[in-house]
Amino acid sequence: MIVEKKVAPPQNPLMSAAVLRSLPTYVVLLITSVIWMLPTLALLISSFRPQDKIANTGWWSFNFAELNLANYEAVLAGNNLGMAFVNSLYLTVPTTVLTIALASLAAYAFSWMPFKGSNLLFTVLVALSVVPIQMSLGPTLKLMTLTHLTGTFPAVWLAHTAYGLPFSIFLMRNFFSALPKEMFESAYLDGASPLVAFMRLALPTAVPALASLAIFQFMWVWNDLLVALIFLGGSPSVAVLPVAISNLVGQYGDGWQLLTAAAFISMSLPLLLFFSMQRYFVQGILAGSVKG
Amino acid sequence: MWEKLTYAFVMPALILAGIWLYLQLTEALLARLPRRTQPALRPWVWMAPALLLLLVIVLWPVLQSVVLSFQKVSGDQLSGPFVGLQNYIRAFTDTQMRGSMLNNLYWIIFFTGFTVGIGLALAVLVNRVRFGGPVKTILFMPMAISFVATGVIWRFMYAYRPEGSPQIGTLNALMTGLFQQPPVTWLLQQPGNNIALIVVGVWMFTGFCLVILNAGLRGLPEEVHEAARVDGASEWQVFRKVTVPLLAPTISVVATTMVINALKMFDIVYVMTAGNYGTDVIANQIYKQLYSSRDLGMASTLAVILLVFILPFMVQNVRRFHAQENR
Repeated sequence: MIVEKKVAPPQNPLMSAAVLRSLPTYVVLLITSVIWMLPTLALLISSFRPQDKIANTGWWSFNFAELNLANYEAVLAGNNLGMAFVNSLYLTVPTTVLTIALASLAAYAFSWMPFKGSNLLFTVLVALSVVPIQMSLGPTLKLMTLTHLTGTFPAVWLAHTAYGLPFSIFLMRNFFSALPKEMFESAYLDGASPLVAFMRLALPTAVPALASLAIFQFMWVWNDLLVALIFLGGSPSVAVLPVAISNLVGQYGDGWQLLTAAAFISMSLPLLLFFSMQRYFVQGILAGSVKG
Repeated sequence: MWEKLTYAFVMPALILAGIWLYLQLTEALLARLPRRTQPALRPWVWMAPALLLLLVIVLWPVLQSVVLSFQKVSGDQLSGPFVGLQNYIRAFTDTQMRGSMLNNLYWIIFFTGFTVGIGLALAVLVNRVRFGGPVKTILFMPMAISFVATGVIWRFMYAYRPEGSPQIGTLNALMTGLFQQPPVTWLLQQPGNNIALIVVGVWMFTGFCLVILNAGLRGLPEEVHEAARVDGASEWQVFRKVTVPLLAPTISVVATTMVINALKMFDIVYVMTAGNYGTDVIANQIYKQLYSSRDLGMASTLAVILLVFILPFMVQNVRRFHAQENR
């Protein structure tokens, strides 16, 4: 694109001058993009190369004939990666739904049900959203052990939901309180109960915000290592993808043929979501940070 | 396995059904109360599930951590004898722990500097050209990748082979091939290995800064920039004297977020070096104290120290929130 513009006959001198002037900008952006893609690209190419080639030659010297799916088959068959994928789904999907449901209810109360102390409580929530989760891990772990929840999925559903709530409530409240007041007033005049107004008015309008939050929470929980490691543990029957891969790293060290394929299996779903729903992901980040 | 896969999608339905039932039940109960008390009670009913979880899993443990930080607790105990400031004294005198605090300082300076600096420069450049979208997408993409997968990606970038053997790591291939230098053990050599880890963080978070700063930039009035240009200001002057001051609130939001990230950084260090070779950080120390040393008191002390470091940024966040609300 850039080269084409450079050699095009300058029919409009102003235009070509503008393009020439922004040429350095294009070059800088192009180089940055290439640098940013390089690490992932290197791993992607390697994941399709045979073991002896990965171990002895650089990924940039590959040829198309040698690429195959052997690494993926090996890691899925021999290292419980399939099980870890299912475990990740079993962790992430219920957690995401639970977080969004509880956050929406609370956020709606904060937005459209005036009560005493609402402001103070919300301030505490804003403050809680930056508290490092490391602060609560120790006592929570003891509590979970006392209630025999450690090592079970409900423990992680609850933990992740709690950690996700401050930000989620914040995001949903920002959305709900921006809705027009007249909308709810006319609904109440028509005799709608708060529950009906919430289900029929607020939630349907909030679909884009809910989508943002869902993607956010999904990625966060799917990619998390610390919480899963602590409350679920590393045994193969419950290990989620990040835990399984960090076990692989410990076990095989530089067994790149397994690590590269495993990493891409764990990235597949988030990347798919990212590229298909990028708009909502960006919206969520903007709503969460700029308004905060 | 198939059973679990089914449950993964049945559970959400059960959760929603449970919440629906809860709402129906509480609404029925509320309806029996006098009309005046209903609106006062309803918000608490709606917030109760969320508040209960927050209370049990976040607020109570955080307060508990403060208490535990003054105790000596080991093994499976829930509490222990009061030891005053002993844990705190150890935290600031133990060379390992002091080293991890110093490393967090490196993270704050370089991680925040690079992510916000590069993010700001790119946000301005992207705004000037027609094909900015793909650049934003490419830089933002690492946000979708887990820290663990990122760890694998970057361990491969930094892979080291002894001099003379073919290098498979991209960076050492550049060192030996392009610059004719001996290969570098990026993750082992101090203090450079801290920078090597920070580079990974920069790769992950610059896209985040870019997206937010770019959105802030698009919200600025274009006329001010134009007016400055008409008055003969160079592009650099426009950037320094007009763009940066106008964008200052957004820059501050982004920088605050990055400083908090730098303080809480755990995953990159845990996955890439496990805190060895002088790369330890506070968050990883907390994990070690909790798991290897089984010293809940010490872990809590470090957590409290971390919170104290974060406190100013928390206050700033709350202030900004109130300023926004009252506008």
